[in-house]
Amino acid sequence: MAIVDTAVPPGEDPAPFHEEVEDPRRRDFINIAAVAWIGVGGAVVVLPLLNQMNPSADVLAQSTTEIDLSKIQPGQAIKTSFRKQPLFVRNLTPKEIAEADAVPLSELRDPETLEQRTKAGHTNWLITLGVCTHLGCVPLGAGEGENRGPYGGYFCPCHGSAYDTAARIRKGPAPKNLAVPDYTFNSATTVTVG
Amino acid sequence: MVRNLAMLVGAAFVVVLGWALFWTVQGQITDPAAPSIETSEWHKHPKELELESNGVFGKFDNRQLQRGFQVFKEVCAACHSLHLVSFRDLQKIGYSEAQVKAIATQWVIEQPSINPDTGEAATRKNIPSDHFPSPFANEIAARAANNNANPPDLSLMTKARHDGPAYVYSLLTGYQPQSAEMLKEFPDVKTPEGLHANPYFATMNIAMPAPLTSEGQVTYLDGTKPTVDQMAKDVSAFLVWTAEPNLTARHSYGWPVIIFLLIFVFLAWGAYQNVWRNIKH
Amino acid sequence: MSFPWAKHYAPSNPLMKWVDERLPVPRLVYNAVGAGYPVPRNLNYFWNFGVLAGAALGIQIITGIVLAMHYGATADGAFNSIEHIMRDVNGGWLLRYAHANGAAMFFIVVYIHIFRGLYYGSYKAPREMVWLLGVVIFLLMMATAFMGYVLPWGQMSFWGAQVITGFFSAIPVVGESIRIWLLGGFAPDQAALNRFFSLHYLLPFVIAAVIILHIWALHIPGSNNPTGVEVKDEQDTVPFHPYYTAKDGVGLGVFLVLFAVLIFLAPNYLGHPDNYIPANSLSTPAHIVPEWYFWPFYAILRAFTSDFILPAKLWGVLAMFGSILLLFFLPWLDSSPIRSANYRPTYRTFFWILVADVLVLGWCGGSPATPLYVILSQICAAYYFAHFLIIVPIISRAERPTPLPNSITEAVLAKHGGTSPAQTALAAE
Repeated sequence: MAIVDTAVPPGEDPAPFHEEVEDPRRRDFINIAAVAWIGVGGAVVVLPLLNQMNPSADVLAQSTTEIDLSKIQPGQAIKTSFRKQPLFVRNLTPKEIAEADAVPLSELRDPETLEQRTKAGHTNWLITLGVCTHLGCVPLGAGEGENRGPYGGYFCPCHGSAYDTAARIRKGPAPKNLAVPDYTFNSATTVTVG
Repeated sequence: MVRNLAMLVGAAFVVVLGWALFWTVQGQITDPAAPSIETSEWHKHPKELELESNGVFGKFDNRQLQRGFQVFKEVCAACHSLHLVSFRDLQKIGYSEAQVKAIATQWVIEQPSINPDTGEAATRKNIPSDHFPSPFANEIAARAANNNANPPDLSLMTKARHDGPAYVYSLLTGYQPQSAEMLKEFPDVKTPEGLHANPYFATMNIAMPAPLTSEGQVTYLDGTKPTVDQMAKDVSAFLVWTAEPNLTARHSYGWPVIIFLLIFVFLAWGAYQNVWRNIKH
Repeated sequence: MSFPWAKHYAPSNPLMKWVDERLPVPRLVYNAVGAGYPVPRNLNYFWNFGVLAGAALGIQIITGIVLAMHYGATADGAFNSIEHIMRDVNGGWLLRYAHANGAAMFFIVVYIHIFRGLYYGSYKAPREMVWLLGVVIFLLMMATAFMGYVLPWGQMSFWGAQVITGFFSAIPVVGESIRIWLLGGFAPDQAALNRFFSLHYLLPFVIAAVIILHIWALHIPGSNNPTGVEVKDEQDTVPFHPYYTAKDGVGLGVFLVLFAVLIFLAPNYLGHPDNYIPANSLSTPAHIVPEWYFWPFYAILRAFTSDFILPAKLWGVLAMFGSILLLFFLPWLDSSPIRSANYRPTYRTFFWILVADVLVLGWCGGSPATPLYVILSQICAAYYFAHFLIIVPIISRAERPTPLPNSITEAVLAKHGGTSPAQTALAAE
């Protein structure tokens, strides 16, 4: 294959084109500058194309939910929604609190005390996501008359994960306790989750 | 063959157009179209309105927007919805999170909801993530309450009219009695019962009575004198924001981008000259 | 490619060699837009517009795909979904304005590209196929743009859909059935909106495929040039890369500057305020107009105001479609052996009259149908059809062209007043 001399346009006498062979870099600098400049532009353009997939302002605005606790009796729980996912809000009875406190941490797959999973002064309020940490089913136990499982908390019918009165995993394939979202008490009867 | 057919088709179109032209011209001579009020001098073009948001360097003046919001809240919101705007958006014009929450909970019109015990239709207080609720349940209710007129939503009004901001301002300050001269030329334009004369409105008569009639209808929190002209300007400015909340961002991204690209053109031109330096073309 | 002096792909990079041996895409690119495609050296900036059209399509596809992640094709929700994009989606306003103004840029670029073809005879043998495919692309673009404009479901979206689909009812006997079939109903509504969204997403990829054919068809004979004289020799050409990649870079830069000015400083300038009013089937806007790039055709449609054997409405529809379809026949209507209008003074005069004519038609199409504009439309529409169907066939036979240069190189050197060393060397042989 013949050597292709790209410096010489076809049909032109080569002599004039090899005069500046000692200084080709200076000539090509402008080419590189132009390509680099628009390359930076191209990279910057990608940013809004990716960022548009992030949650939009209205989704972020609904990232907090206020819950009224006043109607939930001790021993009762409600199922509500937080960030479009199920949320369990449970009013623990003193017996349920004692049961939870009695469990030694060494027996727990995901060791946490009930105290760690509730707010000071409000240990009876157990607020967790209603999403099984195994593969994401909604466990039973929050609704009236639902099966609370062998540990009196929640029971996931999909693969048999059983949670105790502090919503901690005790039996079955789930690796972690039911997730506790960020929340704060606005008053004795209202919380803001998220 | 193609050429002959083409000439035939071409001739056909030219003949038909000639025929149509003849009749159009003839019609204009024998029965000229009556002049319409819309294109006449009586239908006024919007007055000039100077706003901070005007022009390619425009940006929002939050103080004016807040005054405008006050006018909207206290005068317009009784009849006009703003359903593309959320209460939380007000943080962008300088209100704090707490102020926005207060505005939402204190908003007179409540958000439609469902009674959690009975399931019946009910209302609840607004929260910041809500859109501004409509003053009327639906179009029928709106018309019933407004002499069969439907007060339009104002979210996009300044983009939905030619020369929008100036148009809104002119309309609000443009209510005036019809001149005898105009009525002589266009007797059909005489204001019917229930409508109000306004030369800035397309049909010269608008169903909305003048909403801003006297100074002091609103007491501005920043102490600005609330003349009719001022209130009209401020609410127009506010409606520019409701229609285009990202205007300031758009301009502030735009100029660096344009300058970046102009520099690129310059560099690309240099590269082009460099690549072609030895080629005659 | 049939130029014997075209450079051959000889990759030194081991990765490129590996890929090319297994799937010859690298050599395809090299031969299409790389150093392996010889191009006439005398192309002017009007030859940039094909690449710019391709860039515009790319921009529309990318912005369109991300917009489709947020758009909702329901009659109740479409308008609000667009406002959701404008207000709440991160950078949504930028994407929406880029897509809307990108369509305008696409048409500006394509119109200049078409008129370049008309002036320089790019539609003539052996490039008729390139031209035919181009007209197909143009029709697909118009269909895509029309359906895209319906999607926001504003007043103009709805009434534009009403008017355009109404054309079909002008067809005798079957027209109304076709119209209802197209809409999936009796008026534009959910069914129409949904199918327009589906097709609007699809057609740009069909356009991309036809563009590949368009470029392939071009690369068989190679590019035309301002003299219209075919390439004879190696010295008539330069390799596409780096010569025209560099020149296209400049063109792209100018394109992007104009694009940026539109998006960031005047995003609604080319649009119509009525499309910021939600669609209302019970209230017709005062003046229904399509987007500016359809205005010349709209003027032709509305120019036919009198019945003549056929109803006026049918004439208008036939003329409007005919005004585009006649472009398919142009290579056979214009029988001049001379390509470039640079050497066809008579044709050149009528070319510029045509340009003015189309601009006036455009202005009329965007104006209300008052008698003045109707009369202007009638005159200009008559000229438009006369130009392609009567004048061009006649003058292409009868005109006296000016002498052509013997070669591209001769024309270039004549411009610079001198001979190249190669020419001197040749003479010395």
